Amino acid sequence: MTDDVILQVKDLKTYFKLDEGLLKAVDGVSFDLRKGETLGIVGESGSGKSVTNLAVMKLIPVPPGRIAGGEVLFRGKDILKMPDEEIRTIRGNKISMIFQDPMTSLNPFLRISTQMIETIVLHQGMSKKDAKDKSIEMLKLAGIPSPEKRIDNYPHQFSGGMRQRVMIAMALSCNPEVLIADEPTTALDVTIQAQILELIKDLTARLGTAVILITHSLGVVAGMCDNINVMYAGRIVERGTAEEIFGDPKHPYTQGLIKSVPRLDKATQQRLFSIKGQPPNVINLPDCCPFYPRCERALDICKIKYPAVTTLAKGRDVACWLYSEGK
Amino acid sequence: MNDTNLLEVRGLKMHFPTHQGFLWNRKKGYIYAVDGVDITIRKGETLGLVGESGCGKSTTLRAIAQLYKPTAGEVVLKGQELTKASKQELLAARKNMQVVFQDPYASLNPRMTTGSIISEPLRIFKQRGLLDMTDKEMDARAEQLMERVGLSRFFKNRYPHEFSGGQRQRIGIARALALKPELVLCDEPVSALDVSIQAQILNLFKDLQEEFGLTYLFIAHDLSVIQYISDRVAVMYLGVIVETAKSGELYKSPLHPYTQALLSAAPIPDPKIEKKRQRIILTGDVPSPDKARTGCYFYDRCSKRMDKCRDNLPRLKDSGPDHQVACFLYHEPD
Repeated sequence: MTDDVILQVKDLKTYFKLDEGLLKAVDGVSFDLRKGETLGIVGESGSGKSVTNLAVMKLIPVPPGRIAGGEVLFRGKDILKMPDEEIRTIRGNKISMIFQDPMTSLNPFLRISTQMIETIVLHQGMSKKDAKDKSIEMLKLAGIPSPEKRIDNYPHQFSGGMRQRVMIAMALSCNPEVLIADEPTTALDVTIQAQILELIKDLTARLGTAVILITHSLGVVAGMCDNINVMYAGRIVERGTAEEIFGDPKHPYTQGLIKSVPRLDKATQQRLFSIKGQPPNVINLPDCCPFYPRCERALDICKIKYPAVTTLAKGRDVACWLYSEGK
Repeated sequence: MNDTNLLEVRGLKMHFPTHQGFLWNRKKGYIYAVDGVDITIRKGETLGLVGESGCGKSTTLRAIAQLYKPTAGEVVLKGQELTKASKQELLAARKNMQVVFQDPYASLNPRMTTGSIISEPLRIFKQRGLLDMTDKEMDARAEQLMERVGLSRFFKNRYPHEFSGGQRQRIGIARALALKPELVLCDEPVSALDVSIQAQILNLFKDLQEEFGLTYLFIAHDLSVIQYISDRVAVMYLGVIVETAKSGELYKSPLHPYTQALLSAAPIPDPKIEKKRQRIILTGDVPSPDKARTGCYFYDRCSKRMDKCRDNLPRLKDSGPDHQVACFLYHEPD
């Protein structure tokens, strides 16, 4: 079973030292990614989903950031302990990323061809000409019309959806084993979002790439992911398959989150359920359950101690005192 | 005019000129941002306006609020034509029409305290002699509004940066309600918020509507939000409205091919449904609104297009009780 685990994150901690105090952006996150799997990480802004994945690629700015502990095992080797040269052979090659805003992640001064060829030549050792053919092929796969001409365009000559297609083509051009997609469709319209999600699903299935999909949209993870991790205040509070998370959510936060989204298919005139209060400020967070001030089922112990992770079944964990009483 | 209609918009057009050159600045053409929109909003209802970015939703709202001077068309609020109103008349009319903006970070003055932000509309109306209120009464009104939208009155001397996004949106709502308007124009008020906060603000909008008998024009790009908040929905594409219907009706039986594609593209948070769904995936992007059009606006992307769609402009026509659609699949060209 462990053979097909490509990426293993163990107790990852990433802290930022700010004037206001210590910000524990990610505080003990663990997950496994298997070959061909699509893993969703859901959470609200500030829950640490993006920082988790920047830390996986060792892209945290130091200082103010600091990876305070944990391991990121890619094929059994710890990325966090690798020298920079070795990481560079993995980053963009074996593990690649696409970001929310394709305009800020493409270089506006360089043609698409220059940017794509550079990546391929660097990682695959191809000649420039072969790399260009490969780039055109990838753009075609990503659904860019007449890629032979479009490859010489600059990023501003593409629309938002098209830019995201270019990003995906670029990210997949070195046949990575892992694709990290950080809110890939948040800046896009619904009809374009549907196109892009379909493209990611289709291409990664064809190339056998494992995907980590980071998003705040429950609708997107429901359609895309096999397994889901729900994050709150820097920790994973619940994990399970998509069916388990949506069919039988255990953590009060997950339950509240699912109930508070208006549903298209179930018209209702009733009031929406809403989780009371504000998301916590993660600076100098006390060692209690960060959700207890907003929780409807809070116990006394929730105010004192962070709940231990309870494993309900294989791959089904929840961090809540409701399920680990008496331990 | 029907007296249950609070707002009537007829043939609203908003064209922005585009320029070329630097020294010899010539007019090159126009962006046809809003190109003939008819909207009727009845008293006490919520009309949801939905569409993709660039389709002209926000421009429509701003042209209604007279923040832009419309190129053509009429905006009639409570029987008063606003496009021809004088400055003084317009100011008086705005008492009945207030706006809640999308970005709660950009729409609040960072140098003003919460209390003075909320009471600013009152002060302006007092200065112009349209309102008779003492400073004390204004303060009391601001405090009362803060409590009503779910902020403690003790926060009235705090500045906007001390609040989170959801709380700032509450301040924006309190400001919009200060003059006791009948119509509130909401320009994507929940789009910038997190899921759990979005639900709180949506509920607040519904509660306030019940309590004060408000009428909303509510813009959002999220279809499930629009369905939840609205009584009627208007779907906009490239500067025109392509379909209007009762909220439930639109979701059950969408007629226009664009509405159908839009609904099928919206994700539903349920993996069982999602895995079985057949999507209509539109090809291409929304075209640029820089051309005057003679045919159907959706022609380029439509899967059911016919020859007559290219050269004839479909108009909104009744196709059922309270259901209008602009598509030649349902009616013939004139």
